[in-house]
Amino acid sequence: MTPTARDYSLVGRDSELAEQNGLVAADWYSVDIDRKEIKRLMRRSDSPAIRDTLIWLGLLLVSGAGGAYFWGTWWCVPFFLVYGVLYGSSSDSRWHESGHGTAFKTRWMNSALYYFSSFLILREPTIWLWSHTRHHTDTIIVGRDPEIATPRPPDIKAMLLNIFALVSTWKTIKALFLHAGGKLTPNEATFVPESERSKVYWIARLYIAILLGVVLVCIATGSILPAMLVGLPSLYGGFMAIYFGLTQHSGLAEDVLDHRLNSRTVYMNPIFRFLYWNMNYHIEHHMFPMVPFHALPQLHEAIKHDCPEPYPSSIAAYREIIPTLLRQLKEPGFFVRRTLPNGAEPVPHNPGAVFQTSS
Amino acid sequence: MSDWIDACALDDIDEEDAITFKHDGGYYALYRTEDDQYYVTDGLCTHERVPLANGLVMGKIIECPKHNGRFDFTTGEAKGAPVCVNLKTYETDIRGGRLFFKLD
Ligand code: FES
Repeated sequence: MTPTARDYSLVGRDSELAEQNGLVAADWYSVDIDRKEIKRLMRRSDSPAIRDTLIWLGLLLVSGAGGAYFWGTWWCVPFFLVYGVLYGSSSDSRWHESGHGTAFKTRWMNSALYYFSSFLILREPTIWLWSHTRHHTDTIIVGRDPEIATPRPPDIKAMLLNIFALVSTWKTIKALFLHAGGKLTPNEATFVPESERSKVYWIARLYIAILLGVVLVCIATGSILPAMLVGLPSLYGGFMAIYFGLTQHSGLAEDVLDHRLNSRTVYMNPIFRFLYWNMNYHIEHHMFPMVPFHALPQLHEAIKHDCPEPYPSSIAAYREIIPTLLRQLKEPGFFVRRTLPNGAEPVPHNPGAVFQTSS
Repeated sequence: MSDWIDACALDDIDEEDAITFKHDGGYYALYRTEDDQYYVTDGLCTHERVPLANGLVMGKIIECPKHNGRFDFTTGEAKGAPVCVNLKTYETDIRGGRLFFKLD
């Protein structure tokens, strides 16, 4: 086969290779854990998420009101900083947890939080529900996983622009118009079933209507303050979402059927863990996705003997991620090999794909 | 032609739980509710064929451990995305402290 860089599209060469190599909807390594214990950890509860959601909404309200009150002075900056992070970054973990149906025990609360936080993070709820489903089936399998944040070689410019969600928002806006017109991209068509598509189209129209409404209010009032409260925080407050999100898989192995090798568990401080809803326990989350966020620290204790050393902090994780991504610019085949306690070897697949810098 | 299959002793399944039962190359999920009712369905999720009994039983719902697809295991009804296809259910019977189900 002609040496070539990886093809990350879901309808391309590596998609076929993944299929041929048995990487599609495959059996993944799972740490042996007592059945009763894992069932106990999977139990749902409303109270942790109700508590956290009330705090989150309360802080959104207070910081948003403060920003509006001090609008026109420098005093609005710290308020909008807090508001932006809660709106444009913390919504990521709320979207994620409620999408798994694990945030609350009560189903409608999960749904309400899912649709609300999807809007805040500017993600189309139906598309992302299905894309995330695929991400869990085929985690970091090239040609299958639509949520590979850092392909090799990485697109550093896009990553930098995404500190303020610029590339992702641009993509979302284009997608909204495509979906509002009743169409999906070829990639999306591989993971969104026929029965769900009309929902995609209607929600896209609703998003456009809300965002246009905000623009009209801005024009009518002659101020961008309304957009500072609804819409723009997804951009100016998105930097913590990418800060947290890149620790999940960036720079680690592709095409391995073992989450211990393609995901990171990173210890974080309590404020980060509140904002990120414990998704720093990312190996644990991928191995047992039905364990709610509040039980992940306990799950971590239960399985850590069979996992690589956790990273002591997010800074420590970035000490590995940044040099790795820079090296992948020249050497896209390079990745970080995590050391497993039992010395198990990573299982690389797609042998036909040889890495080269695309010219 | 239908067969009654001797699946397990009633106590093999914990209250509000499920176990997997393999028979003749097929996977089945055997359920026990909190009030000791027993049900049997196909054992693999209709979404991506993951063994359902590793998931959580909540009332009459089994939640798939992979992507949180939910089924009413008393009727097999799929309760929404990502599961869109219902689960096959089987008639059950209790004889001498054991759970039987009818294969058709
Ligand atoms: S495999 Fe059961 S919901 Fe996806």
